[in-house]
Amino acid sequence: MNELAPKKFKASDYKSQLKPVWCPGCGDYHVLLAVTQALTKLQLKPENVAVISGIGCSSRIPAYTNSYGFHTVHGRGLAVATGVKVARPDLTVIAAGGDGDGFSIGGNHFLHASRRNTDMTYIVMDNEVYGMTKGQPSPTTDPSWDSALSPGGTGLSPFHPLVIALASGANFIARTFSGDVRGTATIIADAIKHPGFSFIQILSPCVTFRPDEKVWKEQVHKAVVSETDDPARAARRLMSDDGFNTGVLYRGVRKPYRHSCGEEQGDITEIQQQFEV
Amino acid sequence: MTDDTQNASQGASVSLALVGSGGAGVMTSGNMMLEAATKAGLYGLMTRTVGPQIRGGEAAALLRLASQPVHNVNDIFDILVAVDWKGAERFAAEVPLGPDSLIITDPAAGDVPEILAATGARIVEVPLAELAASVEGGRENMVILGLVAGLIGLTEDPIYKIIDKKLKKKGEAAVTASRATVHAGFRAAEDVTSPVKLAPAEEEGKDRWLISGNQATGFGALRGGIRFVAAYPITPATEVLEWMSPNLPKVGGTLVQAEDELASINMAIGASFGGRPSLTATSGPGLSLMMEGIGLAVASETPVMVVNVMRGGPSTGIPTKSEQTDLNIAVYGLHGDAPHIVTAPTSVEDCVFTAQWTVHLTEAMQTVSILLSDQFMGQASAVIDPPANISFMAQRLVENEPTEEYRRYAVTASGISPMALPGTPGGQYTADGLEHNPKGLPSTMMEDHRDQLDKRDRKVAGFDYGDHWADIDGDEDSELVVLTWGSTTNAVREGINRLRAEGIRCKLVAMRLLSPAVPKLFDAALQGAKRILVVEQSHSQQFYKLLRANYDMPGETRSFHRAGPLIIRPGEIVDTLKSWRVQ
Ligand SMILES: Cc1ncc(C[n+]2csc(CCOP(=O)(O)OP(=O)(O)O)c2C)c(N)n1
Ligand code: SF4
Ligand SMILES: [Mg+2]
Repeated sequence: MNELAPKKFKASDYKSQLKPVWCPGCGDYHVLLAVTQALTKLQLKPENVAVISGIGCSSRIPAYTNSYGFHTVHGRGLAVATGVKVARPDLTVIAAGGDGDGFSIGGNHFLHASRRNTDMTYIVMDNEVYGMTKGQPSPTTDPSWDSALSPGGTGLSPFHPLVIALASGANFIARTFSGDVRGTATIIADAIKHPGFSFIQILSPCVTFRPDEKVWKEQVHKAVVSETDDPARAARRLMSDDGFNTGVLYRGVRKPYRHSCGEEQGDITEIQQQFEV
Repeated sequence: MTDDTQNASQGASVSLALVGSGGAGVMTSGNMMLEAATKAGLYGLMTRTVGPQIRGGEAAALLRLASQPVHNVNDIFDILVAVDWKGAERFAAEVPLGPDSLIITDPAAGDVPEILAATGARIVEVPLAELAASVEGGRENMVILGLVAGLIGLTEDPIYKIIDKKLKKKGEAAVTASRATVHAGFRAAEDVTSPVKLAPAEEEGKDRWLISGNQATGFGALRGGIRFVAAYPITPATEVLEWMSPNLPKVGGTLVQAEDELASINMAIGASFGGRPSLTATSGPGLSLMMEGIGLAVASETPVMVVNVMRGGPSTGIPTKSEQTDLNIAVYGLHGDAPHIVTAPTSVEDCVFTAQWTVHLTEAMQTVSILLSDQFMGQASAVIDPPANISFMAQRLVENEPTEEYRRYAVTASGISPMALPGTPGGQYTADGLEHNPKGLPSTMMEDHRDQLDKRDRKVAGFDYGDHWADIDGDEDSELVVLTWGSTTNAVREGINRLRAEGIRCKLVAMRLLSPAVPKLFDAALQGAKRILVVEQSHSQQFYKLLRANYDMPGETRSFHRAGPLIIRPGEIVDTLKSWRVQ
């Protein structure tokens, strides 16, 4: 993490002037707010933060912050973010995206970013739908949700990103609700501070294609049991939760990925000696 | 050569094939032979041919040694030694023999396969296994090392030096046994008439390098300033990555093993966005997977270098054999209008230069470069003179003190816009694969699209590539020109030199820059050409069609093309050009 800034930054210092393309009422507005509040809490210099995303409504977030950003291609945000962090360990790296981006097309990177445990924070704005492409089922969509692409529903049970993150080795696992901006900001700040790969599922309703998600506000509740660093306990808890439990659900102690670029050093002529006969 | 009527350049070198199924250790013999030859002041090239088996199966070490630098394979092998004949039919086509060739076979290994015997080569039986057994701990591959060295006129001394060096770790007994077995090989050679002796080297080989093309590519990239590599293994590119992995940290760099090629290209993009010159290396199937990421790098103007070591395609194709057939995808594989750089080294040695130059181009233009090497040169080992260190350090135009006016994608005359690196106060921007305006903000407007397309095209099309765009050799004002690229270059060069030795004027243009097109440079190089032969290792004439699409060919143009894995040999170039002249 980068050093404390001398100047006191306000949440607005972390926001860009660009007006989001999101629909009025979209949960992602709250996520943006929570990210800027988290950065304010940590007082990170905006130029030392890199926000990296894939493609989707949610993935539009980098340009709405005042940090360095990369809006990459669909599903590849985590890979780009890994490259940034390994090349520039001095930066605070936040990867962000949607459920389709992260769990479907980018699923393999999700597994391996968790396993690699690079020191960064991954925020998934889970709306259980492909928003940007106008309403198709994602890996977290309910099996009976009706859509043009899958009339009558997919019939497939949604998969469980938190369990997958845990099984793959993520070092910090949390769930929040976008409507709870303060709570979300606190957890994002916590995740950024925690070493290794931190994964936060933010339930972020799509008011346009999933108006039924408006009820989430009533359904979410704070996890009642205390945090654990025991993966077995975390697994049991995650497997049996109702999907609306919020809070830090696992806080691991694994060492983060150890490789990174160092300072420019050494002499190439020493390297070439190995070719001399 | 035994026959004086054969062309001049052939007499100066010997070509050897050491054959034996996996485990027989012929690759070890080959490597030691190459090193010993270097110690004796010679140059050499060793390629290998292996079967599809993961381990074991037929294998052959193919060497060409000479007192001059060797960059390519000759027409005919002078000596073939076989420890056994298992599966040898499968690569017979890659080891052409003639009546002047010598086959040495162990009577215990059974008959020489008909396809080889039919070449008319002289067959001599040497009891290799028995000779090996005569020494305690002796191995056949050491017998053939001594035998072949003796046949071509090497002395025992350099061989012993290499044995001492290589086998020290295995202990005294191993060294003694190997020396004695090699000696037995030398003694056996005394009873065999060799078809060829090497001209002794003029001086002892000083400061020579022994390097593979894949190592050379990695080294050139490192020398050019690459400090981040993302890797997913694939034959025949893996050695580039395996060489770079332990060497990068020595200069402050690092390598990450990625989960797939989608990850490796995108990790490289991320690292480069962070300011580190970045690379990934792959082969055909991996290059296909990377295409979307490469487009992102072009659009977001994030410099990335992709090394693609070509193998037989399409699909999984022939992973262990060479072909020049990823040219189309390298040049045209991106969706949208996506100008970028495609380069190709012309030899093992040139991998150092071309890789270093390509890093320079990538960084200077903030674009993607695809360097097309191939299995032949990538996995060949060559003895070379130390490559000159040209001063192409990666130099990226960066903005260190951005003002309010800073625009990441400013439309500039050169098309190149200063890049603010993360950590630079006031330079914050979002790199984007969405079309954008100069600030980097997404835009669907016609003007922004046009301006950004123009600028990305301008920086690549207007760049000064100097003389490096092609290797031009031969007679300056020749009417006969051969155009080629990549690892066929040196077979063509040798063919042309044979013709020139007969007084036929001829010129070689081997293109190192395959994209973008450089019509001015091309026209100047082909001025006065009346007959142009285009040579490539591709079934569908990818290079010929690329030239046709991009350049005006000033004369009658013909194509000499063939799919892999058979390489193109100098004699074929001679024959093709001669028959064309006669008509
Ligand atoms: C390679 C590729 N395939 C498909 C698309 C089309 N696409 C854009 S966004 C998207 C899904 C986005 O869903 P999600 O990640 O959940 O984000 P949301 O819009 O819901 O925030 C798809 C399929 C694309 N851009 N690239
Ligand atoms: S479509 Fe849904 S996810 Fe996308 S901006 Fe609108 S409300 Fe948000
Ligand atoms: Mg979604």
